[in-house]
Amino acid sequence: MRYIPNTNADCREMLEAIGVRSAEELFADIPAAVRLKRPLRIPPALAEVELGRHLRELAGKNADADRYSSFLGAGCYNHFSPAIINHLVLRGEFLTSYTPYQPEISQGTLQALFEYQSLICLLSGMDVSNASMYEGASATAEAILMAQRITGRNEVIVARAVHPEYRQVGRTYTAQIGITFKEIPFTEEGVTDASSARKTLSDRTACLVVQSPNFFGGIEDLAPLAEASHAAGALLVVCVCEPISLGILKPPGESGADIVTGEGQALGTGLNYGGPALGFFATREQFVRHMPGRLVGQTADREGRTGYVLTLATREQHIRREKATSNICTSESLIALMATIYLVSMGPRGLREVALTNLRKTAYAKERLGKVRGFGLRFAGPTFNEFVLKSKKKPSAILAHLLRRQIVGGLELGRFYPELSDCLLVCTTEQNSREEIDALAKALGGVR
Amino acid sequence: MYPADLKYTKEHEWIKLEGEKGRVGITHHAQEALGDVVFVELPKVGRRLQQMETFGVVESVKAVSDLYSPASGEVVEVNSALEAKPEMVNNECYGAGWMILVKLVDPKELGKLMDAKGYEAYLASEGGH
Repeated sequence: MRYIPNTNADCREMLEAIGVRSAEELFADIPAAVRLKRPLRIPPALAEVELGRHLRELAGKNADADRYSSFLGAGCYNHFSPAIINHLVLRGEFLTSYTPYQPEISQGTLQALFEYQSLICLLSGMDVSNASMYEGASATAEAILMAQRITGRNEVIVARAVHPEYRQVGRTYTAQIGITFKEIPFTEEGVTDASSARKTLSDRTACLVVQSPNFFGGIEDLAPLAEASHAAGALLVVCVCEPISLGILKPPGESGADIVTGEGQALGTGLNYGGPALGFFATREQFVRHMPGRLVGQTADREGRTGYVLTLATREQHIRREKATSNICTSESLIALMATIYLVSMGPRGLREVALTNLRKTAYAKERLGKVRGFGLRFAGPTFNEFVLKSKKKPSAILAHLLRRQIVGGLELGRFYPELSDCLLVCTTEQNSREEIDALAKALGGVR
Repeated sequence: MYPADLKYTKEHEWIKLEGEKGRVGITHHAQEALGDVVFVELPKVGRRLQQMETFGVVESVKAVSDLYSPASGEVVEVNSALEAKPEMVNNECYGAGWMILVKLVDPKELGKLMDAKGYEAYLASEGGH
C-alpha cells in the first residue's frame, strides 16, 4: 500500500467535486461547543538536522541493551536479531501491506503467514495455528475464553508461576463474564505441581493454565498437569513466553497441551522498549472452529495451482457478529513475518544451538552468582535462561548499584511476589558474554 | 420440493413425525440460499430443547445460520455422517442430510407449524427471504 499525502491542490479538487467549501464543513455534525476553534498547540517544525539531534538526545536517555549489560527478562528477552530480518521487512511490500482480505493481490503476505503458522505448529506440537494475536498475555486470555466456550464451564485455574501480568490480563478478560479465577501455588522447587492442580480441578473447571519455562525460568513437567486436567474434563493451556526454549524443549502438544499460546518477541524481533510484540496461538484440529484470530489456509485454484486465502472467516466478527470467537480483527503480521524470517534463517539446528547457548550461559551465571557472598539460588530445579537469585541485601539497592555500573541487573520479584521480596529474577541469553557475567558477579560482590 | 408429509418452520426447518419422535433438517429453500454447506454444528445427544430454540449452526462458504428446533423434546440421535459429508445437506436435504432426531414432549406442538402448501405460500409472500 502506498502512503502518499494529498497536496492542497488535491484537497481543493476533492472539495469542489463534492460541493463543500472547506474540510471544516465536513465536521458540521459535531456540536460547536466541543469543536476546537484554534490550531493545535504544537511547537514549530524542526529542520531535519535539528530533529535528528533532538531525537538522538531523547534516545540517549535510555539505558538500552546496546550500551548496558542487560540481565533482564521477565517476558521480554534480549536475543540477537540477524540483519536479514530488517533487510526484508523494511521492504515496502511488507512494511505497508494491509490485511490480505483480497487474496488475488496478497499471495505473498498470505504465503508468509501460512509459513509462520506452520512453524508455530512445529514448535508447539499442535495441529493448527492462527496468523497471530497482539501479544502473549491477551493470547492466553483468549485461550481461557476458548476453553470456556468448548467446555461450557466457568472456572479457570492459573498457576502462580505464570507471568503476573498475564494473570492480570486474564482476570481483566474474565471479570465481567462470570468466569471464576483460581490460582495454585508454586512449590519450593519453583514449579507447579500436579497434586495442587488435582486438588483444585473440578467438574466446573474449563482449563488449567501454566507457563513453561515459567516466570522463574523453571521448566514445568507438563504431562502430569495434562493428565490431571483431562481427568477432570478440563483443557490444558500452556503459555510459552520464551519460545527460544522450544529449540530444545519438547513441544507442549506432545505432553498433552490442548491450546498453546505465547509471546513470539524472542524470535529475533528485538526488545523495542517492550513492543510491538507477537502473540501466538495454536490448538488441536478438533478445536479449530473455536479458535480466535485470523487463519490462512492453503488451497488450489481452478488450474490446480497452490494458493493461499484467509479461511474459516465464520469464526470472526464480520461474519458472526456477537457470536464470533473473539473481537480481534487484526494480527501482528509484520512481527510474525520477522519471527518467520528468524526461524527460517536459523533453521532447527540454529535454533537448537541458540537454545543450548542460553542454557550454558545460565548454568555458568548460576554457578558464579550463586557463589558470591550474600547471594544464593532460591530454587534448585532445572531452568532455561532465567533463574531466581536470593540476597541478604535489598534488591532495589542491588539494582541501583548495578545500574551505576552500566548493568541492568534483572527484576525485583517483590513487585509481584511478596514472599520473594529478597529475590531478583536474572536472565542470561546468547547476548551476554562470559566477561559480562563475570563483571556482574564482581559488581554484586561489591554491593554494600 | 416441499414434501407433503412434513411440517415446516418460518426459519426453514422441516420435521417428520416418526411415532413419538421427530426427525429434523432444513428445507430445499434453505440449502439453496446458503450455498455449499461446509460444516454443521450439532448438539450433544441428551440435550433438551424447547420449540424454536436454537439447536445448532449450519455454516456455508458465505454465511452462518442458526438452526431452530421445530418441536420441544430431547435429542436422541444426531446425524454424525454430516461431519465428513456436510454436502449431504445440499444434496439430500430431506433424506441423508437430516440433522437431529428428537423424542417429542408433545406431538401436538406440530400443529403450530406450517404444512407444505402453507410453507410454499410463505416463501412466495416473503419473497423467499
